[in-house]
Amino acid sequence: MKLAVMGAGAVGRSVAKLAGEYGHTVTALADSSGAVVDADGIDVAAVLARKRGSGTVGDAEVATALDAPYDALVEATPTTLSDAQPGFGHVEAALERDRHVVLANKGPVAERYDEVRALAADSRGEVLFEAAVAGAIPTLSTIDSLGPERVRAVRGVLNGTANFVLSRMAAEGLDYEHVLAEAQDLGVAEADPSFDVEGTDAALKCVILANVLYDGGYTLADAEVEGIRSIPGSALELAAEDGRTVRLIGEVSDGSVRVGPRLVPENGTLAVTGTTNIVQLETEHAGQLNISGAGAGGPETASAVLADVGRLPPVD
Amino acid sequence: MSESDVRSYTVRLELQDEPGELLRALEPIADNGGNLLSIFHERGNVTPRGHIPVEVDMEATPERFEGIVEALRDAGVNVIRAGSEQYSEELVVLLVGHLVDTDLSDTLSRIEDCGNASIDDVALSAPDGTDELSSARVRMDTHAGAVEETLATVRAVADRKGLHVVEPLAEGGDA
Repeated sequence: MKLAVMGAGAVGRSVAKLAGEYGHTVTALADSSGAVVDADGIDVAAVLARKRGSGTVGDAEVATALDAPYDALVEATPTTLSDAQPGFGHVEAALERDRHVVLANKGPVAERYDEVRALAADSRGEVLFEAAVAGAIPTLSTIDSLGPERVRAVRGVLNGTANFVLSRMAAEGLDYEHVLAEAQDLGVAEADPSFDVEGTDAALKCVILANVLYDGGYTLADAEVEGIRSIPGSALELAAEDGRTVRLIGEVSDGSVRVGPRLVPENGTLAVTGTTNIVQLETEHAGQLNISGAGAGGPETASAVLADVGRLPPVD
Repeated sequence: MSESDVRSYTVRLELQDEPGELLRALEPIADNGGNLLSIFHERGNVTPRGHIPVEVDMEATPERFEGIVEALRDAGVNVIRAGSEQYSEELVVLLVGHLVDTDLSDTLSRIEDCGNASIDDVALSAPDGTDELSSARVRMDTHAGAVEETLATVRAVADRKGLHVVEPLAEGGDA
């Protein structure tokens, strides 16, 4: 398949690098300031070297990537809230051309899911977004094979940064600020960690899950969200004395979406450590399913993107 | 179910001050196989919500008692506490905030007063002194089926005092 990759962050770059191995051709790659287009396939290594040197992938206008010849558009620009731009516009442009869309970007399917669905209904293109929920973990494809109506609840640890901070705090008896600084040094947390530690990122993933389970209608505004900033080391110690610990848990059940720090058994399934994510599905007939793994990272998330690309039917 | 499984239970109800309310509250008990032992109708003692508290002692098997409490709730009778060891569920929450400044013992008694819970033990940790943020682990016994109600009470009390609550995750079958 020919791919146009929008976004040249960790995920977009990894998709471009790995596409060849999966039998695909990257015909366009765009970042926030430029684009490169070649109907026969761009030279990914050269383009990424150029980006490392000059900061951008190419001189062409970003919009030229949208007009390039491609079968599927990979939307990997940064997640934005409310209007979910520019991601939403890219999705719209691809669907209007009857092309497929594969999202790593959470914005369009969390904040404007119903609009994306309406656009897809009028298009011969399809929209898939496995990579938007818990990176490498095959959450949506598992739900799809179970049937969304047979999944009663989804719970999980859906943000690696918050989980790293909480599990380090518990293990080392350190306070939030200290561990956060350490996480920033290690590159686990961003300079502005608010998206992760305030629960927004986990909430967006839960909103996407709610849209899938309940056939749309959810945005971030429908989620009850609390972050981990307010959890002192002393609270984790008290929990540990009692064989428990605290994790930032996202929960989708009975039509509601909730993210917040919760007490869980210290050795329980959901008490994953470090940056690991876990998704727990409560199903009608299959009991409880737990899938854990990398919830972020370039190649990990790209593998979910490319798995989606592999599921798409040929265009035309 | 053998006769030896019959236990005595005390149920505390809150009734509206209207004719027929007491009878309406007692019917589900008899209808569901409970044996009434005594009724203490505290007419002079009105709750802050304007209800009249009634304490009912009865005998029933645990299964029937479960049905009685359910029937009372279905009938719209406010069941405040249904006492029995058998009937309690452990609930642990963490509270975080200015616990000492906001009068921890008052916080705890408010939770006990308006919920279905009795507090078993409390551990407080204030490593930076009582003027700074502190944490408490509160272990409660709550009436089975009233966990959500109790958590709602804890949330409301904490909210009024600007405290954070870390609630337990109710996992289906996970340990």
